[in-house]
Amino acid sequence: MALTPQEMKTLKEMARQARKDIVDITGWSGGAHIGGGLSVTDIMIILYYKYLNVKPQDPGWEDRDRFILSKGHAGVAYAAILARKGYFAFDQLKSFNKFKSPFGMHLDGNKVRGVDASTGSLGHGLPMAVGMALGARLQKKNWWTYCVLGDGECNEGTIWEAAMAASHYKLNNLVTIVDKNRLMIDGTTEEVMGLEPFADKWTAFGFIVREVNGHDFEDLAGAIEYAHTRPGKPVVIIANTVKGKGVDFMENQVKWHYGGLDTALVEKAHQSIDKMYAG
Amino acid sequence: MSEGITWTVYDADTMTQAEIYGQVLCDLGKINPRIVGLSADLAKSTKIGRFQDHFPERFFNVGIAEQNLFGVAAGLAKSGLLPFVSTMAVFSSMRAAEQIRTDICYQKLNVKIIATHGGASFGQAGTTHHCTEDIAIMRSFANMTVIVPADGIEMANVVKQCVDYPGPVYIRIGRGFEPRHYENEDYGFTIGKAVELSSGTDVTIICCGVTVFHAMEAAKVLKEDDKLSVRVLNMHTIKPLDEEAVMRAVMDTRRIIVFEEHNVQGGLGSAVADVIAQSGKGCAFRKVGIPDCFCEVGYPEDLYTHYRLDTDGIIQTVRDVMKIEFEEDEDWEDEV
Repeated sequence: MALTPQEMKTLKEMARQARKDIVDITGWSGGAHIGGGLSVTDIMIILYYKYLNVKPQDPGWEDRDRFILSKGHAGVAYAAILARKGYFAFDQLKSFNKFKSPFGMHLDGNKVRGVDASTGSLGHGLPMAVGMALGARLQKKNWWTYCVLGDGECNEGTIWEAAMAASHYKLNNLVTIVDKNRLMIDGTTEEVMGLEPFADKWTAFGFIVREVNGHDFEDLAGAIEYAHTRPGKPVVIIANTVKGKGVDFMENQVKWHYGGLDTALVEKAHQSIDKMYAG
Repeated sequence: MSEGITWTVYDADTMTQAEIYGQVLCDLGKINPRIVGLSADLAKSTKIGRFQDHFPERFFNVGIAEQNLFGVAAGLAKSGLLPFVSTMAVFSSMRAAEQIRTDICYQKLNVKIIATHGGASFGQAGTTHHCTEDIAIMRSFANMTVIVPADGIEMANVVKQCVDYPGPVYIRIGRGFEPRHYENEDYGFTIGKAVELSSGTDVTIICCGVTVFHAMEAAKVLKEDDKLSVRVLNMHTIKPLDEEAVMRAVMDTRRIIVFEEHNVQGGLGSAVADVIAQSGKGCAFRKVGIPDCFCEVGYPEDLYTHYRLDTDGIIQTVRDVMKIEFEEDEDWEDEV
């Protein structure tokens, strides 16, 4: 048991809050990548509420752990979680996507407190994470770099260029987590561009693979803590998730990669989320 | 930061631009522990290998993977380090254009890019290794500074100055066989300020990189044989462009010719043309470079001759432009 009952309670509560926030922001903004935002929620919640050593009141603190959301389109989840963590007021997110807002759907580190890398174009996060991990090692710093990828994003060659480098440089201060929700814009990952055998690919690139249920905090915690043992090779956690998790009419639906919600749908989504956490 | 490092003609005579870069970077690396070097299996060709020899723990060779190269550089810069990245111009400006734009320029990171084998300097290698588009691409990226040093001495100046110059810098050099122009470093080099190499009132030649040497040779002949007063501006910084120097040249000489080892679309000539067009002041103007085609194959000196970028070509172009006549009065307003 990596988590105490109190920790588990907190994580569940924060995840429930984040999911409802994601729904609300999607409603306010006219549209967001809600499906991928809901699949990555639990991964980001456990990082921000259990593992990341950060100071929201001092976002540039030199010794903080680094976090890169390589699947930058899930910015709706990132923004919600940073706000509740205290980086900025949640109400600011009412400007999401609007004229001159600091919050576009892909978050900009120059404009949004707490964002370590401006991402959005896919395949860019892991190379930057490799640079950050090398930077930590070179400067003898103990902070960790965490990088969250989408599975569809792994079509990009740069992911594998970076994987090669992470392995070559034996980066044991980098934790890579793949939010494997199996859906892309145009269909399932296997329909659009087959990824399997996915775990074997990472193994072949020199990683230690941990496959987990990406909505199970115990599972995620076990894998992250394994990575913290610095087993001599970089670790990738393949987190199996459900796109749209928590909103019953979105779950596993390709069409909810990106979408907007009117007031009625926001209400319906909230009810579904509450039901999941009640059950 | 750069005190105590001096380059003279003696060094420049025996070392190429890239070799001087490698050596200067080593010297700087001794006094600035934040400097790290990166390459993509071109450490030897780009001469950053010299830095690797001295500081192996501060050098990263990511293999033949230029997009990852610039992403890793961005991550290192984000960690507070000062990456100098060396690879061929064609692979940095095109293969990794998006990483340079999005990971480095967008995030305003202190990454210095040394792009070797620029222009037609690797002419015999064929189109895949020519790079006559990079200036246009790089100067269109917000936050990016673009520099084309004239020779090894100027390269030393650029490398030293860009350590303390904020933001991303793209430095484009040749393959290493370019003629030397400067005798020593002490000629007042400043990023963003043109160097007036020859003063004159009849015509202005604006040049950068390898064309600087030929422009100065041409100016000597034109002065001697044609009795022309030729202004030569070494416009080493393409962005931010020294607009004041351009406008002074327009007002003083009314004839401007830009010579560059780049496609005439989007390079130094276009940058200068933008300034003149916006001023509303009419003048005779020519852009000479690669005329919107893929460059022919051949040794660089043959290609420079073919595209009128050598001494004779510059002389002929200046003579053509001198045939244009202007009203003798000094009233510009009636010509706007």
